[in-house]
Amino acid sequence: MTNMTMIEAIRDAMRCELERDPTVMVFGEDVGHVGGVFRATEGLQKQFGATRVFDTPLAESGIGGLAVGLGVQGFRPVAEIQFIGFIFETMDQICSQAARMRYRSGGRYSAPIVFRTPFGGGVKAPELHGDSLEGLMVQTPGMKVVIPSNPYDAKGLLISAIRDDDPVFYMEHLKLYRSFRAEVPDEPYTVPIGVAGVVREGSDVTLITYGAMVHTAVQAADELQRTRGASVEVIDLRTVMPLDIETLVTSVKKTHRAIVVQEAQRTAGVAAEVIAQVTEEAILHLEAPIMRITAPDTVMAFGQIEEEWLPSVARIVAGLVHVLDF
Amino acid sequence: MGVQTKVPYEVSVPHIEPLRVLLPDGTLASGAKAPNLTSEQLRELMRRMVYTRTWDQRAVSLNRQGRLGFYAPVSGQEAAMIGSEFVLEREDFICPGYRDMPQIVWHGLPMFQAFLYSRGHQYGGRIPEDVHVLMPQIIIGAQIVECAGIALGLQLKKKSNVAIAYTGDGGSSQGDFYEGMNFAGAMRLPAIFFVQNNQYAISTPMSKQTTAASIAHKAVAAGIRGVLVDGMDVLAVAAAVQEARVHALGGMPTLIEAITYRFGPHSMSGDDPTKYRTKDEQTSWEERDPLVRMRQYVAAKGLWTEADEQAVVQAARDDVAEHIKKAENIEKMTVPGLLTSMYATPPAHIAKQIAQWK
Repeated sequence: MTNMTMIEAIRDAMRCELERDPTVMVFGEDVGHVGGVFRATEGLQKQFGATRVFDTPLAESGIGGLAVGLGVQGFRPVAEIQFIGFIFETMDQICSQAARMRYRSGGRYSAPIVFRTPFGGGVKAPELHGDSLEGLMVQTPGMKVVIPSNPYDAKGLLISAIRDDDPVFYMEHLKLYRSFRAEVPDEPYTVPIGVAGVVREGSDVTLITYGAMVHTAVQAADELQRTRGASVEVIDLRTVMPLDIETLVTSVKKTHRAIVVQEAQRTAGVAAEVIAQVTEEAILHLEAPIMRITAPDTVMAFGQIEEEWLPSVARIVAGLVHVLDF
Repeated sequence: MGVQTKVPYEVSVPHIEPLRVLLPDGTLASGAKAPNLTSEQLRELMRRMVYTRTWDQRAVSLNRQGRLGFYAPVSGQEAAMIGSEFVLEREDFICPGYRDMPQIVWHGLPMFQAFLYSRGHQYGGRIPEDVHVLMPQIIIGAQIVECAGIALGLQLKKKSNVAIAYTGDGGSSQGDFYEGMNFAGAMRLPAIFFVQNNQYAISTPMSKQTTAASIAHKAVAAGIRGVLVDGMDVLAVAAAVQEARVHALGGMPTLIEAITYRFGPHSMSGDDPTKYRTKDEQTSWEERDPLVRMRQYVAAKGLWTEADEQAVVQAARDDVAEHIKKAENIEKMTVPGLLTSMYATPPAHIAKQIAQWK
């Protein structure tokens, strides 16, 4: 066990898999020599050589194409897209090429690629660096989308993603990179894709979220416990495609109330999908409508009002109170 | 549209003369660098071009009869298509554009699968294990960046093989065109980028596509070899690709621009070339028919007769008939089958939908 930040856990996952599987390759802009703009790949080129861990020219579509071609050739590329907003430059390779490869080739080829990318609000990053674009990826059949909230999950989920035979979009929240440390096993281990985690058990209301919002949600749950003595069950989705509906439904059947929190804009996102599916499965168990706490339907706010734009503890508490008093 | 007045600036680039081996009358151009091919290979090149022309004509008819779906005619481009594929090794990897069905069929994809692909059946893209091609690319240019990845894969596996991406004059305007070439150049990959400049991207002429002196000149920006070749001359095309292969294996990619023409429409989905091409232009290109040129050459060498020609036409017609029947007899795709092909192992929501669709 080592006490690691999330970025150290992410690096450790890549190190484990580079060591275990000679077909794993790590590349992207600035990931080789300097180890990435956030140092996620620091030291990996030195340890595994510039053939397996390398810098690419500055062109995201080229990076995506390189990954797809390598995937067809039997490699397992881990391609870093330096910031989330840059994915639009390679959206064709991610969504139209990688995610469709198995289907188009009737199963002859696959694209066992991990696209890693930092995202997320709360650190006042420049525009198009922090957007929550998981909704776009979730609407891409063939893709899996993983968003860890802590160092332990980050390592286990990234190892699962690298070993997965399909493309995985792996989103790393900027605010979580170095905000806290946690015990992480030194050996390789997996956290399964598609399984949510119950962060805190509770009996009165289910709070469903993912990414950095897990921590905001826990604070809101604490506050509600303190102010009203309400017991909030907090669930970390960990994977937003595929969704672990079973865990959510089990929880809602117990608590009869739920809210979903996401950093992304309100409309047609992960929260909407969670609510639709939970309602389909458990409407007769519900005592209140399932509420969404989200960012408004605007482009992501510039730094000055970022904190107001993102869901806050106060907004989540208000949502919980509304659902509890409904 | 655009700047009409002449600006006081000229882009200075070296003139590139298109490679040519055969003159339009089928005789050898003086000083021409002929490809290294035996008499049997010359006959085979002729056979494949005639076969492909017949197959193309049959495919156009089958489309009109509703027995084929999307089809992009290839007549006129046989020298570029057949000549470039012919000199590849079996394990060289082809990243085709949507019109490049002949290259991947000659590289090993069974014809009935090409027909299945056209008919919208998933089995069409299930490339056999020992055939080294991707399915035809729909997104213009995507195959060019993928080609760099394939080439890197071949290099890492220490194969003596190259990856070749095909696109057209329109494709050369895409950002991916530059990105793919630049990655291959910067990483010294065994790659060939082959542009069939057939003068039109659907209806948009070359003059609106770029003001570059040629597409081949664009290689300079990526620091790779740029070669211009007469795309109606199958021997010139073969020679250019043979040479590009050697360079590619040494870590120097090549961009080849083959100047050619499609005799037919862009596709069978309603394109009418008379709306954007003149009769005179069309006729002038038809006079440069790559089959006529090569036929004169091999006939003069005593390698090709009218009887050979007829036999190949008949064989092609028979093969097309057999393969379309085979394609038509393959069981239809199913929605559960489609759902199954989304992931290696269906996640819960997919498994549920499979059950619902059964």
